[in-house]
Amino acid sequence: MLYRDAGQFKDSYAADQQIFPIRQDRIGVTLILLFAFLVVPVIGNQYWLSAILIPFLIFALAAIGLNILTGYAGQLSLGTAAFMAVGGFAAYNFVLRVPGMPILVSFVLAGIMAALVGIVFGLPSLRIKGFYLAVATLAAQFFVVWALTKFGWFSNFSSSGVISAQTMRIFGYAFDTPVSKYLLVLSIVVLLALAAKNMVRSSAGRAWMAVRDMDVAAGVIGIRLMHAKLLAFAVSSFYCGVAGALYAYGYIGTVEPEAFNLELSFRVLFMIIIGGVGSILGSFLGAAFITLLPIFLNTYAEPFAHLMGLQLPAGMVSNLELIIFGGLIIFFLIVEPLGLARMWQIAKEKMRLWPFPH
Amino acid sequence: MNWQFFLEVLIGGLLAGVMYSLVALGFVLIYKASGVFNFAQGAMVFFAALTFVSLLERGVNFWVAFLITFGAMVLFAIATERVVLRPLVNQPPITLFMATIGLTFVLEGLSQLLWGSQPHGLELGIQDQPLEWISSAININISEFDLFAALVAGILVAVLALFFQKTRIGRALRAVADDHQAALAVGIPLQRIWVIVWTVAGFVALVSGLLWGARNGVQFALTFTALKALPVLILGGFESVAGAIVGGLIIGASEKLAEIYIPQFLNAPLTEAMGVGVNLAGLEAWFPYALALAFLLVRPEGLFGEKHIDRV
Amino acid sequence: MSGNRKIGEVILDLQGISLAFGGVKALQDISFDVREHEVRAIIGPNGAGKSSMLNVINGVYHPQQGAISFRGQKRHEMDTHAAAAQGIARTFQNIALFKGMSVLDNLMTGRNLKMKCNLLQQALYWGPARREELEQRKVIENVIDFLEIEHIRKTPVGRLPYGLQKRVELGRALAAEPILLLLDEPMAGMNAEEKQDMCRFILDVNDEFGTTIVLIEHDMGVVMDISDRVVVLDYGRKIADGTPDEIMRNQTVIDAYLGVAH
Repeated sequence: MLYRDAGQFKDSYAADQQIFPIRQDRIGVTLILLFAFLVVPVIGNQYWLSAILIPFLIFALAAIGLNILTGYAGQLSLGTAAFMAVGGFAAYNFVLRVPGMPILVSFVLAGIMAALVGIVFGLPSLRIKGFYLAVATLAAQFFVVWALTKFGWFSNFSSSGVISAQTMRIFGYAFDTPVSKYLLVLSIVVLLALAAKNMVRSSAGRAWMAVRDMDVAAGVIGIRLMHAKLLAFAVSSFYCGVAGALYAYGYIGTVEPEAFNLELSFRVLFMIIIGGVGSILGSFLGAAFITLLPIFLNTYAEPFAHLMGLQLPAGMVSNLELIIFGGLIIFFLIVEPLGLARMWQIAKEKMRLWPFPH
Repeated sequence: MNWQFFLEVLIGGLLAGVMYSLVALGFVLIYKASGVFNFAQGAMVFFAALTFVSLLERGVNFWVAFLITFGAMVLFAIATERVVLRPLVNQPPITLFMATIGLTFVLEGLSQLLWGSQPHGLELGIQDQPLEWISSAININISEFDLFAALVAGILVAVLALFFQKTRIGRALRAVADDHQAALAVGIPLQRIWVIVWTVAGFVALVSGLLWGARNGVQFALTFTALKALPVLILGGFESVAGAIVGGLIIGASEKLAEIYIPQFLNAPLTEAMGVGVNLAGLEAWFPYALALAFLLVRPEGLFGEKHIDRV
Repeated sequence: MSGNRKIGEVILDLQGISLAFGGVKALQDISFDVREHEVRAIIGPNGAGKSSMLNVINGVYHPQQGAISFRGQKRHEMDTHAAAAQGIARTFQNIALFKGMSVLDNLMTGRNLKMKCNLLQQALYWGPARREELEQRKVIENVIDFLEIEHIRKTPVGRLPYGLQKRVELGRALAAEPILLLLDEPMAGMNAEEKQDMCRFILDVNDEFGTTIVLIEHDMGVVMDISDRVVVLDYGRKIADGTPDEIMRNQTVIDAYLGVAH
């Protein structure tokens, strides 16, 4: 009843091409953004900001990156964490070695470095597809972590390759409180998400989806497959690189190459499978789900067990987490391969009709 | 150049490669028979090894424990067919692949939930010692254990190869791998076939688990053996039992040789060239993948795989 | 057949094209030409090599021998990108639409070569990229109007019935404003009514836009009705070339279709 779009006629193509064509959507998104920027910093406590919202935003960014490559362009990648690692370590080195390097510029440069690495490891995609390509990205994953650990230069010769991210400063103002870090990360993520949405609804996005759906036909239309695929790798790795830089600077502070391991790559992959492949919204939904689920389990597993009179052995929760994640992947692949984003779309369709059945 | 040492490394690598082949074999079985790339094979190896070892430690007899674990693998095969494969029949292979990733996580969590997450040692009665008579004869050290593992793997492979080529079930399996719907249409009992195949793969996982567990200890890292098998499969092709062997040998040998000789030859020149201390140790972490990748670029279908022709 | 168009000079000339896949000889020494603004049909029994011929023309297959001249430029083989850039568009026998996208997006993708904005401009969207999107949208809407598919423009293509999918595929080819349109069995699997609609669209395209059309078709009635000239292939060889009336009376052609050993 509330979610009607009756009466909202589009009288120009411009109106039809908006990101949120339905007025209620626009209002909703505006409210969410206002809430995120104005209300959360005031009411949020340190735990929520540092341990939940900031990682959620960072992983949402990485998920957008992976979604561009795997969801939109159809190139399966298991090397997300490697590109994040490149971003994190590149940012560190730029700030360390270039005097007076502004932090935002170092993030952009970190993204570009990651994009370059992404292009190199994306070259095999010109000849191989499907899960053979996944193996190539695995090579990237293992190689990058090895190289960052082996060659001490990357971590300024610290033991076992650990780096400590410097304080983020913009024009002298230090971003070292949870609130300031949160706002900085939020701004960057919102901007990049908007850019991503714009890219995927323009000819770049259509070219990627064409390559994903039927690359022979795409070639026949005149889309340069090599260009489209490498562009997807580059943009995707850029996003993952920036996410990696934010991971080091806005989230955990001290990081070693091992932190960007295969498990992290799988995590991000799960985010886009559950959230929805080929959907920017899905990246956010999936990241939220995967970030919140362990916390939910941690908080409620114990009391629930006590209620049932059971004693939980140590480490049970993390194992439960594995089982539930795995089970959810299988569940979503069977029930709704297009993930939470599609479920949300269906819910909106039903809301448009409510309270009528059809 | 110390030739005896070289031979030792080479033979050690070949024998290690046989172990990889064993894990790769499980993949090939399932892929050959259902077109599914089973990422959970490594987790199956882990689950089997862990279950077996935990039973042993609770005082269960070796062969009884073996049977019980095998029973567990059968149950796993049935459950997987029912819950994962049947609902996803005819979905694109990439969907099934991701489902097996989910399966991996479930199995890993389940294993540790049931049996805990401490590492265990596993004694099979064969020592990882150089065989006396070979060492004294030609002055090359070859591990008794490695040879035993190679023997077991060889027997298993021979049996499976015969099974696929000569029996009626083997033929049915090959039909299923080609086209699920067509196989159903000619009356092949798809579900039963899948349970059989996954059980056999489970058996292979069990044997692999025992051998790997005895060699490296039964611990979580065992799940990563699946990843080691990937380069083997790329080299050998996903559908070939022979390819799994040859691929395994090549990967095993080249991995060991690269591990020893590349740092030996490149550390000094690179240190000089870059002006900083360079130590290329540990590159076996990614070398097999790079090798497989290079191979893919030249021959995408592997040594023994079948070329795919896209009809437009 | 419309008599208003003036059939022009030779726009596509194929000389001695031979194509083999391993031991299978798909095409053997085929030569024929296509004139501007005409409707040229390629017919022949199944397996004669008709689709392969189209694939050679737009560069999906590369012939081992022979030459292709398009708009005066002679080459040994065509490159798909060059073909598209020079104004060749096509449809496929087994619909090659992008199933994950809507009708509108499929058509917009057909205009990909006309979009010049770079990635950064697209990421920003406001400004040149937005203007370009809206301009191209106008062109696409003309195609949508022409093919009468307004009501399904936002529908994901995978959900459309077969006949409409074929129409959308034609739309995607038309979106590129091609000079030469290659149609591979555009009416396969359609009922009589859908065939009439498709015929009407093809003739309208030829009439209004002067697009040269090469089409593969099995329905003899359609071929006789709408084509200006016909090439007949059998077992990879050309066995006849002429107007519909001529080839209808050609004994070799009749034999080929009846399966007489030759």
